[in-house]
Amino acid sequence: MSPMASEALVLGIETSCDETGIGIVRGSTLLADAVASSVAEHARYGGVVPEVASRAHLQAMVPTVHRACEQAGVQLSDVDAIAVTAGPGLAGALLVGVAAAKAYALALDKPLYGVNHLSAHVSVDLLENGPLEEACVALLVSGGHSSILRVPRVGGLELTELGATLDDAAGEAFDKVARLLGLGFPGGPLIDRAARDGDPASIAFPRGLSGASDPAFAFSFSGLKTAVARWVEARQRAGEPVPVNDVAASFQEAVVDVLTIKAVRAAREQGVDHLLLGGGVAANSRLRELAAERCAREGIRLRVPRPGLCTDNGAMVAALGAQLVQHGAPPSALDIPADSSMPIADVLM
Amino acid sequence: MLALVIDTSSAAVTAGVVDCAVDTAQGGPRVLSEQVIVNARGHGERLAPLIRQALAEAGAGMIDLTAVIAGVGPGPFTGLRVGLVTAAAISDARGIPAYDVCSLDAIAAGTVEPRRLLVATDARRREVYWARYVAGRRVGEPAVAKPADLPGEAEELADAMVGAGARLYADLLRLPLLDDVDHDYPAVRGLGLLAADRVRSGAPTEPLTPLYLRRPDAVEPVASKTVSQ
Repeated sequence: MSPMASEALVLGIETSCDETGIGIVRGSTLLADAVASSVAEHARYGGVVPEVASRAHLQAMVPTVHRACEQAGVQLSDVDAIAVTAGPGLAGALLVGVAAAKAYALALDKPLYGVNHLSAHVSVDLLENGPLEEACVALLVSGGHSSILRVPRVGGLELTELGATLDDAAGEAFDKVARLLGLGFPGGPLIDRAARDGDPASIAFPRGLSGASDPAFAFSFSGLKTAVARWVEARQRAGEPVPVNDVAASFQEAVVDVLTIKAVRAAREQGVDHLLLGGGVAANSRLRELAAERCAREGIRLRVPRPGLCTDNGAMVAALGAQLVQHGAPPSALDIPADSSMPIADVLM
Repeated sequence: MLALVIDTSSAAVTAGVVDCAVDTAQGGPRVLSEQVIVNARGHGERLAPLIRQALAEAGAGMIDLTAVIAGVGPGPFTGLRVGLVTAAAISDARGIPAYDVCSLDAIAAGTVEPRRLLVATDARRREVYWARYVAGRRVGEPAVAKPADLPGEAEELADAMVGAGARLYADLLRLPLLDDVDHDYPAVRGLGLLAADRVRSGAPTEPLTPLYLRRPDAVEPVASKTVSQ
């Protein structure tokens, strides 16, 4: 058998938040990445409404699977395994994907892998940057999580959290500040755009947990968000215009400064040569730029997927699933739950 | 001509297999298997293993199925979606049609009914999903309401009532309760009966649209609070 033919064809299902993502990979080759987003339905609420997201997942599931199969040029019956995000995420939203995955696994008589969303965000890197046969450090930043991880093998069953946010996730801070500035929802791309026309050095917003005695790899973004709110309110009270682009740029700089300093320091302390970025906030252009700069300075190789693979998608779930199949991990049972608070160290349910 | 039957519109998680080629003396297809677990929070975990058991009990495999029949509610959202996405995915994976049945109709069809019947299931939040049936036919659309707010006097509404919601709010609904727990939830026979014609005629597949009857709980934000004192 050729190596290509022996690689598993895996369908990945992701429904932990507001994107119905279906991905298909063979080994570490991306064949399809179909996403149906309900983000527009949430915009007027200023955040993701779980019930709205869950309803959208149900509607989008089968059509998105079809779209992925067409993109990949495969039939469902060709698939070797089904992987699905089992957690963490919104309980009701996760459940739609988990139930669908079980049904596909049962109806196709293929193994099921209920995987961790966060580990999937890390694993998607393989699709773009190829296998990594050594340990690395990963900075995982999204609307729900901000963590620094030690990853002995990308797509493996082990993973250690070196530090995480103590309050808001980085993406959450972007959403809150965007709302404050009247930019809309979701905040990440809107702040990123506004910041391009602003001066990142114009306002000195605080860098949370950056003192010598603070935990080295933990984050805090709640104080930053409040500092931005106070600054903006003071301007408004004084009857002065709010320089939205400068505020956005200065806020963004404060977030990515802390993220990159700590991630690079973790990579150095762990003695690894690679830093990997993942999660929706890794799509931020300034984070990518600053991480590249600082990694280059430290002689660390930066691995970061293209923005479309950083945000939630099914390809990352399929990518992790394919690694688990390849390394003989035991499939999940048909009675696994969707676990909204699945611990980060549990890669497979 | 076997069909897989699924309903998750109530506290019961139900899966079964019916043979639509055979009409029984009681009317409707022959029930080859019926697996039921009453666990209002268990749909996500229990349904898939239950389907496997129902197939095994019927001596059938996925490959033997001609169709999937699903109760589309009304019912509590989270559980309801588990059944519908499961039915849709099996239909998709096997390339067989899916047919919908209103879950309240299935309860009515499973009942040796009086002329006028009220079916009520538990909608939580002290409400019921309900519908009226006269001579076996539903009058109007299923609705959700507080038991005390059903239209008209009890005796004008129906001669008797059935369903887990009717049992739960018997004192408020004030109609004779058909006191058979087998009728509290949609059962495989009733679901199979209402879709058997479509299975037999090979009718086109249906989209399995859930009957939510309630809008999502979501409010648009008002102006944000200030943080400064």
